[in-house]
Amino acid sequence: MVTYIIRRLIGAVIMLLIVSMATFAIFFLVPQLAGATPEGMASRYVGRTATAETAKLAAERLGFNDPLVVQYGRFVKGIVAGAEYDYGPGVEECPAPCLGYSFITRQPVFPDLMNRLPITLSLAIGAAVIWVVMGVGIGVLSALRRGSVFDRAAMTVALAGVSLPIFFTGLVSLLVFSYGNPFSFAAQGGHYTTFLDSPSQWAYNLLLPWITLAFLFAATYARLTRAGMLETMNEDYIRTARAKGLRESTVVTKHGLRAALTPILTVFGLDFGLLIGGAVLTESAYSLPGLGKYAIDAIVNQDLPKVMGVTLLAALFVVVASLIVDLLYAVVDPRVRLA
Amino acid sequence: MKRKPAVATFAVTAALALGLSACGGTSTDSPKESAGAGGGSAAPAQAEFNAAMSKVFNPSTKKGGTLKFVNSGDWDSLDPADTYYGYSWNFMRLYGRALTVFKAAPGAEGATVAPDLAKDLGKPSADFKTWTYTLREGLKYEDGTPITSKDVAYGVARAFDKETFPNGPTYLNEMLDWPKDYKGAYKSKDVDFSSAIETPDDSTIVFHLKQAYSGFDYITQMSPTMPVPKAKDTGAKYREHVISSGPYMFEKNEIGKGFALVRNPNWDAATDPNRPALPDRIEVQTNVNADDLDNRLLSGDIHVDVAGTGVQPAAMSKILPDPALKARADNPTLQRLWYTSVSPTVKPLDNIDCRKAVQYAADKTGYQAAYGGEFSGGAIATSLMPPSVPGAAKIDLYPSGADGKGDINKAKEHLAACGQPNGFETNIAYRAERPKEKATAEALQESLARVGIKLTLKPYPQADYFSLYAGKPPFVVENKLGLAVNGWGSDYPDGYGFLQQMVDSRVIRETGGSSNISVRIPDVDKMLDESLLEADAKKREPMWAAIDKRVMEEAVILPGVWAKSLLVRGQGVTNVFISDGQQMYDYVAMGVE
Repeated sequence: MVTYIIRRLIGAVIMLLIVSMATFAIFFLVPQLAGATPEGMASRYVGRTATAETAKLAAERLGFNDPLVVQYGRFVKGIVAGAEYDYGPGVEECPAPCLGYSFITRQPVFPDLMNRLPITLSLAIGAAVIWVVMGVGIGVLSALRRGSVFDRAAMTVALAGVSLPIFFTGLVSLLVFSYGNPFSFAAQGGHYTTFLDSPSQWAYNLLLPWITLAFLFAATYARLTRAGMLETMNEDYIRTARAKGLRESTVVTKHGLRAALTPILTVFGLDFGLLIGGAVLTESAYSLPGLGKYAIDAIVNQDLPKVMGVTLLAALFVVVASLIVDLLYAVVDPRVRLA
Repeated sequence: MKRKPAVATFAVTAALALGLSACGGTSTDSPKESAGAGGGSAAPAQAEFNAAMSKVFNPSTKKGGTLKFVNSGDWDSLDPADTYYGYSWNFMRLYGRALTVFKAAPGAEGATVAPDLAKDLGKPSADFKTWTYTLREGLKYEDGTPITSKDVAYGVARAFDKETFPNGPTYLNEMLDWPKDYKGAYKSKDVDFSSAIETPDDSTIVFHLKQAYSGFDYITQMSPTMPVPKAKDTGAKYREHVISSGPYMFEKNEIGKGFALVRNPNWDAATDPNRPALPDRIEVQTNVNADDLDNRLLSGDIHVDVAGTGVQPAAMSKILPDPALKARADNPTLQRLWYTSVSPTVKPLDNIDCRKAVQYAADKTGYQAAYGGEFSGGAIATSLMPPSVPGAAKIDLYPSGADGKGDINKAKEHLAACGQPNGFETNIAYRAERPKEKATAEALQESLARVGIKLTLKPYPQADYFSLYAGKPPFVVENKLGLAVNGWGSDYPDGYGFLQQMVDSRVIRETGGSSNISVRIPDVDKMLDESLLEADAKKREPMWAAIDKRVMEEAVILPGVWAKSLLVRGQGVTNVFISDGQQMYDYVAMGVE
């Protein structure tokens, strides 16, 4: 077990290195290949009144003239050993793990990310609870009542949930259930209260984003669970369990659902990991200042250090989530043993 | 901390009430959604479309409450040395005071400059190269320490450093007589800069200009003359907590999310006749989804869209057909011209008749549609200066016909006169990332084709548009960029401020970087210089109109539209008006019911 975890952790570090290289290449190498000059890349950081000479000096100061390997090395060094940045009257320390420094907002990236993580976590956890309960619940019921009106209705709604993009369902939800409309019951966009400040207000403000996000995922999980349950419930061991005289509820939950959960757990791990890295569309639609909104704002402003930082953090979450899922396999499915 | 005397507060409140009455309405302690019976500048504005354009809407002197601003983007910086958004300069007056300030008044009066930290407007020397300001007495920062002229000088000197403060305006860097190789307050720490700024005592500051400028009071209303206490300066980090010299100070500031301002207990209303300081608290949320912002504004959840650039298309389609919503909207013309440069360095546009053919053949309605139509795109422009710039005159040398679609016959006449009766071919440049500029280029391509002028579209990256492509004279000639889609907005409502960067040939650099691509008229340069020596603002105004006309005579700029925006008045907001100085709602005067 310990060997397995160590092996996976080493793999995770290698994966993050590869992700960092790929991200760095996308944002620094590709523009150069497309013809962007170091001055052009620096022009984002020198203001609207800058002359070509100022942009040239800034490119030099920011290191855009250095070979790409040197620039990447500097980035990795910052993560491992920290970095320093000139703020005018002195030099500012960006302690390790320094995921970069935004020359637009003049802020180190890592504290920014940590500041926004609770919002994204709040969104992801609340939505996950709803979608797992609803998705798996509806999936099981649909499988047990295959072909019924409930099954057909549930799968139609599920299809809609999978098909409709969040920027649509989010805006429609706000228009129908918020902005002081007759059906209004939820907070308007842009409202967030921390759990510690007021748990009830926290939940009220996030209710609509949770439902919107959960609608998308619950649909997928309902379809997955239904398919898994239909397959499992036809297995021989289910018939054996019934023949042994076990109650139907025990057969369904202990023998049927448990086996059907393995693929769902895999998908859940990846989905949840991705979401903690930033629910971009939901956070944008509801103006929630989480990691997803941070990422999209960074991209719009071409703030490359921020984009790099949030990408790496998102990758880290996915890697960690998939590791946890692998470990959980053994718990969910007794047939799996970690070597 | 010392509280300001109640009598002083009352005096300022009363002064504001009188001021607002004089500007546009009968002041009242009880806010009115639909006050009075319009008509005449003395009556408050009624709730109707464009109600806050030239009058105060919902006038009140009631204090208290929380005024909520929301921004769909974010500030470039809250530091007075490092910001270059119009809305930021408008808003910043709530926590910072410059030497001078735009009057808080609707319409044209809001474009006049009044003393702020200074007792009076600047006193120029006879040659307009030296300007002296004397500070008021009793000025204090939020921590109770006195504000001196040295703090103003330090603020200007630190703003010089464009490495640390890349975003701020550079007018004072360029205008003042700085020592050679001066690099700002941090990198030239011990350098004597008295050749540029002197502070003979704590209340006097003297600016030395390299070149005469009679409108220097417009420059000193900009944020870099807001004082910064040297002991509290943290360079690029100062944006996290700007030390207040105005009526409000920062309670919290979460960069990227928003911030909140509360009353500054050391601001003395007796020293500040320009700010009523009505709300108790001001909250600002940043990086909010633009459509969500509009809906919240319409529902009454928030009060002001701080960026002041207007609502999104989705909200516009809701507002315009709905009389109740439309009655809450204003549609000001901004001091910004979207235009196309017509380069006389590219053949056959070196012939004035070929340039005039372009002017006549252009379909102005197509130009307007490319920018979003009448309400959000703008009004069809016939010359350079938008109507709200003081001195703007009606100039229409190349009428586009009653339908605005161009005068084909006149265009053909001029093509024949320039020896190209069947038209000619040239290229049109635009910024690739700007769909409106692409649409403009396409609209011109279509309309000019009617007289045989064939345009080939040439998109270039926005970041290098002026430095490497359309703004670099040799590139323009080599690549036959006869036309280049362009735009310019003034930083302050003065003819010189609007025109100089657009029409002064001396700003064109062979190495690129200038937004003036096509105007090289020696007469115009001379006229600009003459205007700098005229002290009387009223006498300067006809000079701007003359420059505008002279440029149009040469047909080197094809005016497209004077930009407009569709703004919505927040529910429950008092003292709402658009001033020509801000070109959006004035944030200093606002209160809440």
